[in-house]
Amino acid sequence: MTGIAPPLDANTLLGFGLLTMLVATVAAIALSRRTMTAILLMSVYSAASTMWLLLMDAPDVAFTEAVVGAGVSTVVLLGAVLLTRGERVAKAGRWRVAAAAAVTLVLGGLLVYAAIDLPALGDPASPANAHVGRLYLEAAGRDTGADNVVTAVLASYRGFDTLGEASVIFAAGVGVALMLGFGTRATQDDPRRSRVRGLDALPESDHHVVLRVAAKLLIPVITLCAFYVLFHGETGAGGGFQAGVVAAVAIILHALVFGLADTMVAVRPGAARALAALGVLAYCGLGVASIVNGGMFLDHDFLLPPAFQTRLQTWLESAGISGGAHDWGQHLGMLAVESAVFITVAGTMVTVFYGFAGRLRDAVPEPGA
Amino acid sequence: MSASWLLSHYTHPVVIVLMMGGLYIVFTSGNLIKRMIGLAIFQTSAAFLFIALGKVGGGTAPITIEATSEAGQALGQRLPPGYAAQFGVEGVVYSNPLPHALILTAIVVGVSTLAVGLAIAVRIREAYGAVEAGEIERLDAEAGRAE
Repeated sequence: MTGIAPPLDANTLLGFGLLTMLVATVAAIALSRRTMTAILLMSVYSAASTMWLLLMDAPDVAFTEAVVGAGVSTVVLLGAVLLTRGERVAKAGRWRVAAAAAVTLVLGGLLVYAAIDLPALGDPASPANAHVGRLYLEAAGRDTGADNVVTAVLASYRGFDTLGEASVIFAAGVGVALMLGFGTRATQDDPRRSRVRGLDALPESDHHVVLRVAAKLLIPVITLCAFYVLFHGETGAGGGFQAGVVAAVAIILHALVFGLADTMVAVRPGAARALAALGVLAYCGLGVASIVNGGMFLDHDFLLPPAFQTRLQTWLESAGISGGAHDWGQHLGMLAVESAVFITVAGTMVTVFYGFAGRLRDAVPEPGA
Repeated sequence: MSASWLLSHYTHPVVIVLMMGGLYIVFTSGNLIKRMIGLAIFQTSAAFLFIALGKVGGGTAPITIEATSEAGQALGQRLPPGYAAQFGVEGVVYSNPLPHALILTAIVVGVSTLAVGLAIAVRIREAYGAVEAGEIERLDAEAGRAE
């Protein structure tokens, strides 16, 4: 190892503690006999891993894990348990447990044996850290003008990769909608479906006053936070993926407190799925725009037409504004990528939630009961 | 196998233990929901391996700061002389941004695919009235014999 040995300080001890907690949580999930316990433990696992990711200098990943792992995936899992009524986990047979333990022990042993040759934790000269990672750090400021190098990699250098990810998310949303429907079943027999309710109209039942008051205060703040995270992605931790999930969480919170029918009036299922598709389409269109201007697909240097870029450059110089016209194309391109990802992720997450929640209405009464 | 070697390599085995825990859950639970939880654990453990390998000792998050700023100087003071010049960029040592960009998208893709898996489980429950793999197999075999 060529770097500095990790000191035995508070951070290292915290890392030990968090990893121990993660292992203990996984063991508890393996032993749990109820899916509800396993889901709540999974939420704990995500929260603990968020802190560990922060220790590993990955605030963007920690942010994503916090909103996705502890937030949306818990909601989806709970919805699935309610729909399947599969609360009990059958005990595995003795032979099955023995075989599973043998396979995991042997495979784990082989992997640990292989991992001995991996570079040490925090080795600055390891192949992963010394070459392409370092190149991005050195060039991102000059090439893209973004302070957050993760955003520069995500939205500019590897924009094509991110387009693939956005398409996968959209395809997954389509898959869920095809299997579970768009959730419109939930509102078919609801008389409120036809008219838009004012925000101050009280629901019929009034036993969630505290929740409703708190949610009314929280939902605007969460939505505002989503947009802050979106527009701040270039200079700090955050970006389109996190912002999209945060925005979806605001809508899910509304549905949980005020009822699905009301939420479907505020955010129509059709609008949610149209937004998801529009995001992917806009992302592709962005790539085509730079082709039209003589560049490569998704090369933000060519986002602005060359003639406009020359005029912008002269104007910037005459006005004495630092940063050339080149940076403007990059800034606009990255913001457009983040916005496209934002609406794709938000639209897909809301569509998925509607799919699961919309089935609950017919699923809650036990068939034949 | 000195103490300092263990201190700098302990994350890899722990991540592998988490991964095997996820695999064990997939193998031993017939309940389809719990199986998906096992898969999710397996997936996050792979993400942790990437992130741990992208950590640079004495580094900070890959969000550019000035070496002369207060935060930049505070970071520099903790490093041995010459370290920042050798491994840093303009005097500040950052962790590797590439695994972060790859993994944060993978996490969001992960929740989408988790939702697809759960949707399949929901439809299986509606078709068979069961969510335990063993029971579903038994019902399938019965339906096969009846035909």
